[in-house]
Amino acid sequence: MPYTLKINGQSKSVDVPADMPLLWVLRDVLNMKGTKFGCGIGACGACTVHLGGTAVRACQTQISRVGNQEVKTIEGLSNDGSHPLQKAWLEVDVPQCGYCQAGQLMTAAALLAKTPKPTDADIDSAMTGNVCRCGTYVRIREAIHLAANGGRKA
Amino acid sequence: MKTTTKQLDRRSFIKFSALAGGGLLVGVYADSEVFAQQRGPAAPPAPVNPNVYITVHPDNTFTLIAKNPETGQGMRNALPMLIAEELDVDWKQVKVQQADCNPTLYGQQIEGGSTATPTNYMPMRQVGAAARMMLVSTAAKQWNVPESEVTTSSGTVKHARTNKTATYASLAEAALKMPPMAVTDIKLKEQKDFKILGTPTPGVDNMAIVTGKPAFSIDVNPQGMLYAVYQKCPTFGGKVMSANVEEVKKQPGVKHVFVIEPPPPPAAGQRGAGGPGGNVTWAGGVAIVAENWWYAQNARSKVLKVDWDYGPTRSQSTAGYMTHIKGLASKASQEPAGGNASAKEGDAEAAFKTAAKIVEAEYEFPLLSHAPLEPQNSTAWFKDGKIEIWSCAQIPSLNDAAVPSGVQPTDVTFHMVRGGGGFGRRLYKEYDVEVSKIARLVADERAKAGQPSVPVKLLWSREDDIAHDDYRPAGYHYFKAGLDANGKLIAFRDFVASYGNTSVVPSGPESFPRGFVESYWAFRDESMPFGVPTGAMRAPSTNGVSFVMNGFMDEVAIAAGKDPLQYRLDLLSSPTSYKPPANRTGFGAPFNADRARAVLEAVRDMSDWNNRSKLPKGTGKGVALQYAHSGYVAYVAQVSVDANKKLKVDKAWAAVDIGEQIVNSSEAENLVQGGFVEGMSHLMAWEITIENGAVVQTNFNQYQPARMRQVAPGTIEVKFLKSDYTPTGLGEPSLPPAPPAIVNAIFAATGIRIRALPLAKAGYTWA
Repeated sequence: MPYTLKINGQSKSVDVPADMPLLWVLRDVLNMKGTKFGCGIGACGACTVHLGGTAVRACQTQISRVGNQEVKTIEGLSNDGSHPLQKAWLEVDVPQCGYCQAGQLMTAAALLAKTPKPTDADIDSAMTGNVCRCGTYVRIREAIHLAANGGRKA
Repeated sequence: MKTTTKQLDRRSFIKFSALAGGGLLVGVYADSEVFAQQRGPAAPPAPVNPNVYITVHPDNTFTLIAKNPETGQGMRNALPMLIAEELDVDWKQVKVQQADCNPTLYGQQIEGGSTATPTNYMPMRQVGAAARMMLVSTAAKQWNVPESEVTTSSGTVKHARTNKTATYASLAEAALKMPPMAVTDIKLKEQKDFKILGTPTPGVDNMAIVTGKPAFSIDVNPQGMLYAVYQKCPTFGGKVMSANVEEVKKQPGVKHVFVIEPPPPPAAGQRGAGGPGGNVTWAGGVAIVAENWWYAQNARSKVLKVDWDYGPTRSQSTAGYMTHIKGLASKASQEPAGGNASAKEGDAEAAFKTAAKIVEAEYEFPLLSHAPLEPQNSTAWFKDGKIEIWSCAQIPSLNDAAVPSGVQPTDVTFHMVRGGGGFGRRLYKEYDVEVSKIARLVADERAKAGQPSVPVKLLWSREDDIAHDDYRPAGYHYFKAGLDANGKLIAFRDFVASYGNTSVVPSGPESFPRGFVESYWAFRDESMPFGVPTGAMRAPSTNGVSFVMNGFMDEVAIAAGKDPLQYRLDLLSSPTSYKPPANRTGFGAPFNADRARAVLEAVRDMSDWNNRSKLPKGTGKGVALQYAHSGYVAYVAQVSVDANKKLKVDKAWAAVDIGEQIVNSSEAENLVQGGFVEGMSHLMAWEITIENGAVVQTNFNQYQPARMRQVAPGTIEVKFLKSDYTPTGLGEPSLPPAPPAIVNAIFAATGIRIRALPLAKAGYTWA
């Protein structure tokens, strides 16, 4: 089936089965490798992208259900690390292995879009679906607060 | 794990050579190579086998080689930082380049056993220092001044008296004429002069990670690549009887389908699958190769039908193992028939008869899967009788690609790619072996059809990974301790029945209280069939043993009516067979009571331990101490537990001693905090169980890692103690004492003693 997707402000055409998850369209068809595969059942958050501004699991999002909604991936957050959350991640030196961090950033970006000054409870609630196997949660939290504070340490 | 990084041989030489297009290469050469050049007529500028770590570019920037694998513990920073420090350049002048796997050039290139820092700390510094010294000599000669008056900083050579400066790059051409320098003449910086080591140095791949650039093994995407899944028997040791190959071939996007037979079984005592010290073998299964991974996975999950020969492991189960083990435990006072006594000092059985108080307890911990977040994968391209492979293996091996594809190791090009977590899982590299086999089969089938060879990526699903791991061995310990009338520990016995082929008997140097109690006896008996592969997981074997030893030590202290932290300090101050260390070597050294005491005292003070009686009801502090992989870690955890067994870790304090020098202070803190969080996963929810010879759990929904909401703001405070011992690694030591510190805190909060993991089995949940 042919689909025209709006991804990171660009129009992309693909011809794939209707039930193919957005994750594999991004990774294997469009060669956008930033969105990561972790579990395939929506249990780890590594594949988090924005669909119409909402954080969703790309592994659980069939391509036929994307429609006209804007898809934003980690590549669309910024290409040069200039998004406030990317800057905070770099400043705090969050990653260990780094594999989950694209998903963490996308969930955090959706959180800040709705809740610009999140409390710790807001962060817990928004971020709990994103596993960091290396356990960098202390720094992820710090980086979200840093970004929310305009890059100034609280 | 025994490792030998290629140390700089005393007969080695450092030599400069020219870089095509300008610039300077700094290489380490065996003496024979250097002398061969000196003898040869008009020796070429780029000699054979340069062990090149440094490239000086014309713009006075520097490419430094990171020779080891990187799966998140920071070696891509740490090893180049060691070179940069002694080269005396600024970190911002440095670009890091990952080496390919090339044991001839680099010696051991492994990530395991927290060995990278201790084994590379001197050789990487020597490389940097030699290059700096040769540039100093070059400048001194040009300026006709004494070398002793020439200084360096930021990649620049200076002579203050004559006010001369020159960049390293500007000296490159003249430096080419310098004679080789002997390793024995290298002088290193003093620690007080370090500018890079010990500073917080953000990960060199951070920008790629936060912007979604292809940085990981799974992202490798050579032109024309196909994608594979490999269905193996759910039961360990099973194989394919028949499969509906022709039907699978008709599925959308599917290009190739193969039934793969296992090779003849490895020789007795060999573990196969390319594990440490093992030969190369592979499990039988069905490979489906398709245009993209989802097509392959879909064909497998919806259409593939396999008739399996499940093999003899089919009759095994966790319940069966435990029944067997509990039977063995009834004989804990007797020497096992096989004579498996692994540590025996004094006469524990006789001492128990004289003891004023006896403490006995059974502890157990389960099999665990590593579950790194990036599922196992590897990419290979068989072409023209050679194979090229891209992998994030922790022990990359040319043989893993060569044997299954039928080529010589010299015909393997092995690219080491960043991995999304390791934790020991990527010490076992079935996927490298499998993809090399599949890539060869694909190339052969395509050749027959007149088609060009293509690269193949094998990607395991999460379910594949959890079902086909080399699991952390499970353990059962039956302890007995004898105390005298003053509460002093006089006898300690530990009967161990671990299942799995990796020892979890506390007999080694990590086995405190051994050496501090007159009678100590630890032994194992596990004579039972066990067909499930086990292996090293972050901090073997202390990742389980620390829980049981620290838990039982807490019980002993409380039975003695003592403060559990002070009780450990008192024991450490009254050695029996323990001998203090003879030197300041950190790596691989025996247990050191001074260092153990120091981390305990530090964590006591950090955590306000002595005022813990003022904590509210339902809140408590627990302590744990572990010597693991040459590092000393003491944790105090503070927890709150409510009447419904809802558990919250309020705060944790860590005191860590890994020697005289932290390489990267940012990564070091991150690794300790991460180790504690991983310990929370082990504690609460992680358990692999076996039924009908197969793993029951399938994915993260049944194997829940710790999550953000469980790690309270500001939870984990870390302090590094600087001791006089040579630096050691930090990948492993921070994990093992985390679960027991929490378990001991639960006891302090509730009076309930946890003797089996995971906690979820006893009805606990995170608050």
